[in-house]
Amino acid sequence: MTGATLRHTAWILRGNPLTAIAAAGVVLLILIAVFGPQIVPFDPIASNVSQALMPPSAAHLAGTDQLGRDTFSRLIVATRLDLVIAVSAVGISFVLGAVIGAFCGYSGGRLDRTVGRFVDVMMAFPLFVLAMAMVAALGNRVENIVIATAVINLPFYIRFARAEVNIRRNLGWVEAARASGESHISVVLRFLLPNVLPAMAVQMSLNLGWAILNAAGLSFIGLGVKPPTPEWGIMVAEGARFISTGRWWLVAFPGLALMLAVLCFNLLGDGMRDILDPRMRT
Amino acid sequence: MTQPLLRIEDLHVTFSTRRGLVEAVRGVTLSLDEGEMLGLVGESGSGKSVTGFATTRLLDAAGRVTAGRILFRGQDITKIPDDDFRMLHGAAISMIFQNPRAALNPIRAIGQQIADAIQCHKRMSKQQAARETLELLRAVQIRDPERRMAAYPHELSGGMCQRVMIAIAISCAPRLLIADEPTTGLDVTTQKVVMDLLARIAAERGMATILITHDLGLAARYCRRVVVMERGLLVEEAAPRALFCNPRHVYTKRLVAASPTATSRIEDLVTDEERSQYLAMLAACKPRPAPAPGTPLLLDVKNLAKRYDQGSPAVADFSMTMAAGESVGLVGESGSGKTTTSRMICRLIDPSEGAILFDGQSIGHLAARDFHRSPVRKEIQLVFQDPNDSLNPRFTAFDCIAHPLLRLAGMRSGDALRQRVEECAQRVGLPAELLPRFPHQLSGGQKARVGIARAIACRPRLLVLDEPTAALDVSVQAVVLQLLDRLRREDNLAFLFVSHDLNVVRMMCDHTIVLRNGCIVEQGESRAVFDNPKTAYTRELVEAVPHIETGLAAARI
Repeated sequence: MTGATLRHTAWILRGNPLTAIAAAGVVLLILIAVFGPQIVPFDPIASNVSQALMPPSAAHLAGTDQLGRDTFSRLIVATRLDLVIAVSAVGISFVLGAVIGAFCGYSGGRLDRTVGRFVDVMMAFPLFVLAMAMVAALGNRVENIVIATAVINLPFYIRFARAEVNIRRNLGWVEAARASGESHISVVLRFLLPNVLPAMAVQMSLNLGWAILNAAGLSFIGLGVKPPTPEWGIMVAEGARFISTGRWWLVAFPGLALMLAVLCFNLLGDGMRDILDPRMRT
Repeated sequence: MTQPLLRIEDLHVTFSTRRGLVEAVRGVTLSLDEGEMLGLVGESGSGKSVTGFATTRLLDAAGRVTAGRILFRGQDITKIPDDDFRMLHGAAISMIFQNPRAALNPIRAIGQQIADAIQCHKRMSKQQAARETLELLRAVQIRDPERRMAAYPHELSGGMCQRVMIAIAISCAPRLLIADEPTTGLDVTTQKVVMDLLARIAAERGMATILITHDLGLAARYCRRVVVMERGLLVEEAAPRALFCNPRHVYTKRLVAASPTATSRIEDLVTDEERSQYLAMLAACKPRPAPAPGTPLLLDVKNLAKRYDQGSPAVADFSMTMAAGESVGLVGESGSGKTTTSRMICRLIDPSEGAILFDGQSIGHLAARDFHRSPVRKEIQLVFQDPNDSLNPRFTAFDCIAHPLLRLAGMRSGDALRQRVEECAQRVGLPAELLPRFPHQLSGGQKARVGIARAIACRPRLLVLDEPTAALDVSVQAVVLQLLDRLRREDNLAFLFVSHDLNVVRMMCDHTIVLRNGCIVEQGESRAVFDNPKTAYTRELVEAVPHIETGLAAARI
């Protein structure tokens, strides 16, 4: 991070306050994920049946659930798990997808055609059903949720990287790198990939929100994290049973947390592109 | 005295950018009579296109006319509401753009696109519009117009597309046509055909035309009056002959000097005081040492061919030789195979047949994929066509120049590398303070210098230059050509100079090879090839170049 980069980032944020708010939101989420378990007022797992299904109050900011657990504490503690699932899933699909896609886009030919058809087949499946099937087959553990989410995201990254590399592969600086003694492989990894990164960062950021929803969705239908672990999706699923009896807080607060997290990542995406692209600097 | 068709009075156009307001046009006054063809000449950033766009009201959202008037038949068109202006578009004022492929809709047949333009302004049935379209296609001399009406832009050549653009532009009989670099990017022979056509149509229909171009020779050949713009100001207005024989403004003098003609030498491209410096430098250079007997040729190419899957070969039976320090020009139109040939010699692509000997050593059999490991890699370097896309956007100028040193010369980061990069930058005239900049923070000329510094960093013996100045303004081109010539003499470099600009090749190269459809048409000493072309094709190429002299000859008629 040089001074110029910081100044540039500051300039982007000033011109685009929404990005600044989103960035602040993401930073807050990360802080909560790291320090959450230390700062919560109640144990998120210990049940206290005498306090069951209490509406929001000064003691229980977001009320309590059917076992008398503090919803607010559970929300805070769940942040870490949800973020870890989303970030690792997106990270895996980004790294694999970018590399595979970049080689396809650069080399064209048989590799490109084979991978391209494979991607087409994957995209023809309803992705959530695919994820469900994978988790059901592999067993519902956190690693498997991550793997399933990563796999269903992979086609998008492959296609994206392929297209971005493809339009650049005949540019002068790519040939210049070859003339300067780079092999095809290093041209792809050290020259083309860094150049498509800004565009992919946008995709990643949008995808993080989507991955959080996906993990929550899997938990919601009972294929994700198992209770009593606090997780936003499970909390919505468990709370849904009580919504008809007017206990709105069990669904509303985890839903709100999900929505805000997804929104922050989506809004950050556009700003990230401007910050990462050196051409946007004066 | 009659009223002029178009009168621009003290026009100011301002763009709002990140760095505040930028005045692109700062008080331009000019007028144009009915049926006149006016040349508007200037380099990039001179405001010539902005003036044209302001007249047709096609400025982008960031641009605004801040002062002045544009009177078209006495009516100030900067004040007409947008809806009324749309009626003027096409019907009274029309425009031809630089890149015809980009200006045509790729998914509509060209006949439909012309008919659209007609029906936009005239009420008529489909059949009538189709009949008029056919007429127009005939007027722009498209052969077999009935069949071509159903063709899509990608099925036509660049020259054909530009004819279609002209047909659209004249479809509603405008009184004023603004042609913004109408032939830039077309081959010389196509350029001549398209410009002749445009001039004839304008004359026949009494249409006034503003020809916006960076090419003085082109403006001189076709216009009676030329206006020169520099940095938003109009610096000189004169008849072409006066402009070239007796330029008054400093900038015009520089521009006229920098435009290569059939007789100019490299030292002629600058004004007098710079020329003496250059000549002193030449005198200081030692003459090229005669090669010791028995040394192999630097480059010996035998029967090179490149075939792709289908169709005729891209290059067939290409043979040439080059001695150390010699410069050879490779000319031809687009599709002639000159780029393919140069890439094979650089060993970036594999030839299908033939041998390449470098310094007596066969390099043609090494796969291009593995050539980066060959010790010969650093002996053959490239300078690319467009400086804008030849530098990695994420590398600073320093990184760009250092890259081959790190990879090929085995240098490590540190003071030695820094010194070497700075030395290279200094040799190409790039100030050291520009080294930490990214490519987009450099001008076109500076980027070209970085590209050249990168190519010479490892002290190669053969430099392949692929249209090294095609994307540069003439004044920058002049400086870059001199720089290249100096470097060649200093390092005894051999040049393979790929270009479509015959005047540049004539100046830079001892020998010239003319390519057409992948075959050598003619080769020999440059002077002989250009002054006494043996084949009809070479003669056609040479004649199509808009020299300033021929421009004057035409103007005299």
